[in-house]
Amino acid sequence: MKASAETTALQAEDGQLIAGNPTFHTVSESISRIVEVKTTKAWYVLFGFFSSIALIFVAMIGYLFWEGVGIWGLQIPVAWGWAIVNFVFWVGIGHAGTLISAILFLLRQPWRTSINRFAEAMTIFAVICAGTFPGIHVGRVWVAYYMFPLPNQMSMWPNFRSPLLWDVFAVGTYFTVSLLFWYTGLIPDLATLRDRAKSKIRKAIYGAFALGWRGSHRNWQHYELAYLLLAGLATPLVLSVHSVVSFDFAVSNLPGWHTTIFPPYFVAGAIFSGFAMVMTLALIARKVYNVENFITMRHLENMNKIILVTSLMVGYAYSIELFVAWYSGNPFERFAFWNRATGPYAWAYWTMVTCNVIVPQVFWSRRMRRSIPVMFVVSILVNVGMWFERFVIVVSSLANDFLPSSWHYFKPTIFDVGMLIGSFGLFFTLFLLFLRFLPMIAMAEVKAVLPQANPHYYEPHGNGKEASVKAGSHA
Amino acid sequence: MSEKKGSIVGILAEFENPAALVKAASALRDNGFKDFDCYTPFPVHGMDRAMGLKRSKLGFVVGIMGLLGGSGGLLMQWWMSAVDYPLVISGKPFFSLPAFIPVVFELTVLLSAFGAVFGMWHFNRLPQLHHPVFYSERFSKATDDGFFVAIESTDPQFDVEKNQELFQSLGAVHIELLKEDEEEVKEEAVLEAV
Repeated sequence: MKASAETTALQAEDGQLIAGNPTFHTVSESISRIVEVKTTKAWYVLFGFFSSIALIFVAMIGYLFWEGVGIWGLQIPVAWGWAIVNFVFWVGIGHAGTLISAILFLLRQPWRTSINRFAEAMTIFAVICAGTFPGIHVGRVWVAYYMFPLPNQMSMWPNFRSPLLWDVFAVGTYFTVSLLFWYTGLIPDLATLRDRAKSKIRKAIYGAFALGWRGSHRNWQHYELAYLLLAGLATPLVLSVHSVVSFDFAVSNLPGWHTTIFPPYFVAGAIFSGFAMVMTLALIARKVYNVENFITMRHLENMNKIILVTSLMVGYAYSIELFVAWYSGNPFERFAFWNRATGPYAWAYWTMVTCNVIVPQVFWSRRMRRSIPVMFVVSILVNVGMWFERFVIVVSSLANDFLPSSWHYFKPTIFDVGMLIGSFGLFFTLFLLFLRFLPMIAMAEVKAVLPQANPHYYEPHGNGKEASVKAGSHA
Repeated sequence: MSEKKGSIVGILAEFENPAALVKAASALRDNGFKDFDCYTPFPVHGMDRAMGLKRSKLGFVVGIMGLLGGSGGLLMQWWMSAVDYPLVISGKPFFSLPAFIPVVFELTVLLSAFGAVFGMWHFNRLPQLHHPVFYSERFSKATDDGFFVAIESTDPQFDVEKNQELFQSLGAVHIELLKEDEEEVKEEAVLEAV
C-alpha cells in the first residue's frame, strides 16, 4: 500500500500517465469529438495539399509503367537506386509502431496506451508506402505476380533461396499482421463511436466495422488474450522483418553489404527512425487536436530516451562496421568503407553521421529532452539521417564496385526525387484520413489505465483512495 | 406479466463503478447463475474470477494455426523446389532447409495471427450486429462509462422479481428488462429502481 502511494506521488511529480484527472466519459468525449466535429478548414487545406502530391506520385508511377525504370537515375553498376532506399526507409519507419504497440505492451509499459493507436496507423501507412517501391521497381510490373508462389505459364515457382523472396513474405506478413492488430485494437473504440453516432449512416458504418461489439466481459476475455497473443506474435515478427530486409544486402557478396552485423543494426536503425517519425507526428497531432493531456511530457521524454538509446546503437554499428572492415584485412572491404567516409559520397556519409549519431546526443540533457522545439527539430533530422543511411548503404556500395572502369556516380532524376516526395504525400494523405475518421488515441485502453478503472480504487482502505488523497495533498 | 414473459429475454442492471460490478458478478457466480454477462467500456481487472470464467481456449487455436502455417510453408517450399520443378540454384540442394526458414517463420506468424483474430471472432460470435442489449437506450453507455450486468432468460434461476431484488440489494443504480424486439421496448416504460 505504501509503495503504491509512493509510486503515484512519483508519477504525479513526473508528469502523470494521463494528465488532468479525466473521468471515463471525458476520455470518450475528448477523443471522439475529434472525429465528430465538423471538418476544419485546416484539414481540407492539408488534405488538398498532400493528396495532390500523392496524385503526382500516382501519375509518376503511371509514367514509370509506360516508359520503364530508365526514367530513374539507374545505371550499371547502380541498378538499385532510390526505390530500394525508399523501401528500406519506409519499412523502418513502420517498426516503431509495432515496437510501441507490441513490445511495450509485453513489457507492461502503460504509457504506450496514449500513442499506440496512431503509431500503429503510422506503421500501416509506412508499410503501404514501402510496399509500393518494390512493386514498381521490378521493371515488368505486369509479371509482378512472379513474386508470389502462384502457378504461372512457365509452371515455375519462385526461388525460395533468395532473400528478395523472403522479403515478399516478411513484408506481406508484416502488413497483414499490423493491420489485424490495429483493427483488433480499434473494435471497442469503433463501438464507442457507433454508440455516440447521431446520424443513421454514421451509425451503420461504424456499427458494421465494430462487428456488434458490446463490451461483454465474456468477449473481453477472449479479446484480451487475442491482443496479448498478437503482441507476442508481432514482436518476433518486427525483428524478423528488418532482419530479412537486411538480408537483401547481407546475403549478397558485395563489399559494404556482406556483413553479419546487418540484421541487428537494421532493426535498431528502424526503431530509431520510427520513433523519430512518431515524435514528429505526435508533436503536430497533440497541438492541433488538443490532446496534450493524453500525450504528456512524460510520453515525449520516454520516446526521446528511446531515440537516444537507439542512436547510440546505430552509432556503435557504424563504428563496428569500420573496425571490422579494417580488421578483416580484405582490401575490397577496407576500400568500400574508406570510400564511404572519404569518397564521392562522403557528403552523404557525414550527413548520416551528424544526424543520426551527433544530433541526438542533445537528449542527454533533461532540459533538451523536455523541450518541444528541440525534439521536433531532432526528430526531423533523424529521419533525414536515416534516409541517408540507406542511401549510403545502397548507392555507395554499388557505385564503386570491384572494377574501377565501371564506376559511376549516381545522379537522381526528377522522377527519383518526385517519387520520394510523392510517397510522403501518400503517407500524409492516409494519415490525415485516419485522424479525421478514426479515434487517434485508444480510448478503451486509456480508460483501463486510469486509477479509477481498478476495482481496488473503491475499497475504503484500498490503494487508490489513500494514494489519491496523498496525491491530492501533494498537488 | 406472465403473458409477456415470452418476449422478455433478460434483465439488465447498471452499477456505479467497476468495483460494484465486480461485486455483483461475484454474487451472481456465488448464487449459481450461469447465463449472465457483464458489459464494460474496458476490460475490468479481476472480472474473470468474479464471473467464474474458465481460461480462454484461444491459445490452442493459435498454436494449431501456427503449426499449420509452419509445416505448410515447409511443405510448400519442399514440393515447389524439390518435387514439382527442381532447379539447381547456386549449387544448393533442392531442399535447402536453412534457406527455407525465413518463409517458414513468416507463415507461422501469419497463420497464428489469423488464428488469434478470427479465433477471437469465433469465440465471441463476432460479427453479431443484433443483440437485445442494443435495444436499451441506456446501454450505449457500456462503451463509454457504464457498467452493466445482464441475466439472460435462459438461466434456470431467471425470475424478473427475484433477480430485480438481488440487483437492488447489490446496489444497482438502474434496472430494466431486455426485450426481444425494439417495438416493445419503446412501448413499455423501464423499471426504475433505487
